[in-house]
Amino acid sequence: MSVLTVSELHVWFELPGGRELHAVRGIDFSVDAGERFGLVGESGCGKTTAMLALMGLLPPNASVAGEVLLDGENLLVRGEESAAPHRWREIAMIFQGAMNAFNPVQTIGDQIVEPMELHDFAEGKQALARARELLEVVGIPGDRVSRYPHEFSGGMRQRAAIAMALACKPKVLLADEPTTALDVMVQAQILELLIALASDFGLALVLVTHDLPVVAQVCDRAAVMYAGIVAELGSVDRLYHDPRHPYTRLLFAATPDLYGADAVGSIPGAPPRLDRELIGCPFAPRCDRAFSPCPTVTPRLLEVEPGHIAACHLNDHAVVAAS
Amino acid sequence: MTDAAATNSRAVLEVEDLVVRYRIARGIVDTLQRRPKLRVHAVEGVSFALRGGEMLALVGESGCGKTTTAQTVLRLHEPDAGVIRFRGEDISRLPPRKLRELRRRLQIIYQDPYESLDPRFRVHATVEEPLIIHRLGSKAERHAEVLHALEQAGLDPPDLFVDRYPHELSGGQRQRVAIAASLVLHPDVLVADEPVSMLDVSVRAGVLAILSELRKSGLAILMITHDLSTAAHFADRIAVMYLGRIVEEGPAHDLIHNPQHPYTRALLSVVPKRDPRERTTPQILRGETPNAVRIPPGCRFNPRCPMAISECKEIDPELRRPAAATSAGHRAACIRV
Amino acid sequence: MTSAIEAAEAPEAPLDVRPGFLRSKVLRQPQTIAGLTVLVLFVLIALLSPLLAPDPKAQVGAVFEAPSGAHPLGTDGGGADMFKLLIAGARVSLIVGFAAAVVSALIGGSIGLLSGFFGGKVDTILMRFTDYVIVIPDVPLMIVAAALFGRSLTNIILIIGVIYWTTTARLIRSQVKSVRERVYVKRSRALGAGNTRLISKHVLPQVAPLLIANTVLLVAYAIFAETFITFLGLGDPSLISWGRLIENAFTDDALLNDAWWAIVPPGVCVACVVLACMMVGQATEDSLNPRLSVGHLSVRRFGLRAVPRREP
Repeated sequence: MSVLTVSELHVWFELPGGRELHAVRGIDFSVDAGERFGLVGESGCGKTTAMLALMGLLPPNASVAGEVLLDGENLLVRGEESAAPHRWREIAMIFQGAMNAFNPVQTIGDQIVEPMELHDFAEGKQALARARELLEVVGIPGDRVSRYPHEFSGGMRQRAAIAMALACKPKVLLADEPTTALDVMVQAQILELLIALASDFGLALVLVTHDLPVVAQVCDRAAVMYAGIVAELGSVDRLYHDPRHPYTRLLFAATPDLYGADAVGSIPGAPPRLDRELIGCPFAPRCDRAFSPCPTVTPRLLEVEPGHIAACHLNDHAVVAAS
Repeated sequence: MTDAAATNSRAVLEVEDLVVRYRIARGIVDTLQRRPKLRVHAVEGVSFALRGGEMLALVGESGCGKTTTAQTVLRLHEPDAGVIRFRGEDISRLPPRKLRELRRRLQIIYQDPYESLDPRFRVHATVEEPLIIHRLGSKAERHAEVLHALEQAGLDPPDLFVDRYPHELSGGQRQRVAIAASLVLHPDVLVADEPVSMLDVSVRAGVLAILSELRKSGLAILMITHDLSTAAHFADRIAVMYLGRIVEEGPAHDLIHNPQHPYTRALLSVVPKRDPRERTTPQILRGETPNAVRIPPGCRFNPRCPMAISECKEIDPELRRPAAATSAGHRAACIRV
Repeated sequence: MTSAIEAAEAPEAPLDVRPGFLRSKVLRQPQTIAGLTVLVLFVLIALLSPLLAPDPKAQVGAVFEAPSGAHPLGTDGGGADMFKLLIAGARVSLIVGFAAAVVSALIGGSIGLLSGFFGGKVDTILMRFTDYVIVIPDVPLMIVAAALFGRSLTNIILIIGVIYWTTTARLIRSQVKSVRERVYVKRSRALGAGNTRLISKHVLPQVAPLLIANTVLLVAYAIFAETFITFLGLGDPSLISWGRLIENAFTDDALLNDAWWAIVPPGVCVACVVLACMMVGQATEDSLNPRLSVGHLSVRRFGLRAVPRREP
């Protein structure tokens, strides 16, 4: 039973001058309780925007379409009104660079208590006691609750940010690049923590990152995003061993492996501008296997095997045969 | 020993026992209480040699001293002790006038492609600037050099790029402009400080390939990176740093496939692999790298070392060839290997 | 949101000025257009004043005559046409305003630049000097200076200029400090660039827009300062300026005669010019710091749409 189901999510931004940026172009995915789901893509693909949309944290020049079902309830149906009651209580987020976003003049404890009080989860002594507990859960000694952010190292601040996200016992945890700015050893510690939290608390974890190996090691399933769409979605095993979208394959090839002897590839060109209408497959200009339908016909997401979908004409036997 | 002599005879850059310490500013309370002046021991006795046509990767976690080493080698920062030799000449205490001459031969490219270029300068002006600073060539000659450097950096055809402003270029393109601006002086040594860590994955290999290619013309490259996978694929030799010292160094392939120092082993074990089926048990060290203010006695890694014995608290090991090493140039600073 | 917008335009570091900045960002704002229009209008009036209002001090009517068809703003305490006097006064007021602002900008900009760029002892000495100047009360200083050095136009300009540079110095200093740390400045230095080149080619161009914006604000302060200096009786008695008009009105007992037209119009002119300067200066300063736009703080008011139909 899926805790989180996203259907046909679109996000537009109004740009100065009357243009519009179609940042997220109809994505679908679902995450079960206790599952670790990865959302992978490079800069500009829309993954962070999609996460902010799930939380309802978009600016006034944004508009959304689609459904975000959290335990059956649609968070977006009435905009802020329907999103606010669930924010932090059922769905919480660790933002990109969260470890540097602490208020330097408040203790860590007070900052973990804040969401609890704001969302009517707990207050006063009870909240502080829970803050202490949360710090222990994330691997920080509880007595540090009265310390200030500058007394913590980068890795510990990231753990504190995770504690803050867990404050109101959410069912879904969105982590946006949680380890990008950290050393590889600290990264390993944080990822180990996230895996443990997902299994111990039955959290549905959505891990957003550009780092493919992290997703390969931490997640069960993942979606690869490109230019606002889902290019491919499936188990990480299938994504690596049987990629059905050229972007997935090329992205893996561009990621150096520690022991692998293969040459590291690169993808020429750049992602398309999202303030214009896209015709055909958005990846076609850079694809090494583009053929006749690609520049003009937008590929649909096709199921290539149970649980594995990809948006590429190469998987469509009818189209391949016709060309 | 002959190997080392042969190495050094072709070395473009040699560093011996480099020491760099930063003073920490004391607050009023500390001054009044006469607490001892604390120093950050950023680099504590680092020695290596860089040959022409070779890429040496200096890897380590934040605070290990790799960036400080690179900056000091270029004399962008002053060493407290030790010797830096460029083509045999001691440059550690060169006066400012001679340093300027040196700047032509030793270049650096920075991590952030979005901040490396002056937003008001067109590409041509950025790449031409080094030539103007050192008063080299006529206008026509400079123009030719600019075009050639842009080609070498992979911005082909260069005419397409010369009149652009940085904000019209992608991150990868900006980094190439920065590379071109360093190449235009035909340097002997290029220091690349995390050259691709702020670029998208799909673009990284392209930029690294340029650097790789430049080795063929004799350029020596010192690459600073925290990404072991990148170092494994592109560097000829790797030196692993921890708390201001090199704890292991050697040919890239040997170091990656046959690591000797426990820190290197732990580091390699926690690098995530691409293949989901390769889920090896990572050896996650507890805690974080201690700050470089109070260095523990003996081996500086001993508090976190999974292999530490009592002697490790007393002996500060030197770099030497471990028993299990397969090549002469592979050395580690550990008494247990 | 930043990652999505990255697809449309490459990310820029805040405060770094691109070429064409003035044209694209500043001049497009309605505030700037309105402010500039008013300023240009007044400058034109000031330039053309000998043509528009020849011999303004000539007596053309009775003392404190009310506004009429012949004299739209009535007459002053000496029977001269107020309207003509107002036009003539624009000249001196604006000259003092702009000149004093330039003097301030030069002093403040230089001190800020040197202080911010070199840091260390230079910074400490210059900033302590600045603090010292800030502490001196401006009005008494102006009175003393006017008494000592005479009340010529040049002296007034210098007095105002020498008092108001301190904020500029601080502002430019912090901007220079931050630009100095930019990677491209460090890179140029690593290439071997000397201080002169770094300052003139890299630092100054980044700091110039802020200095310009600040100078425009200084014009506002300077015009206002001229007004009250002259009102206090410290101005050059032979020159007509808006401040002098107000002072004359008071010494000629305009209030007792209910002659509002002798006091209010010059004040309104000063207010207009000051407001126009503020609008232009503020708009420019705000454009320089994209973080000041608080739109993004009002999150959660996003719009809702229907899902677009897919092509069949």
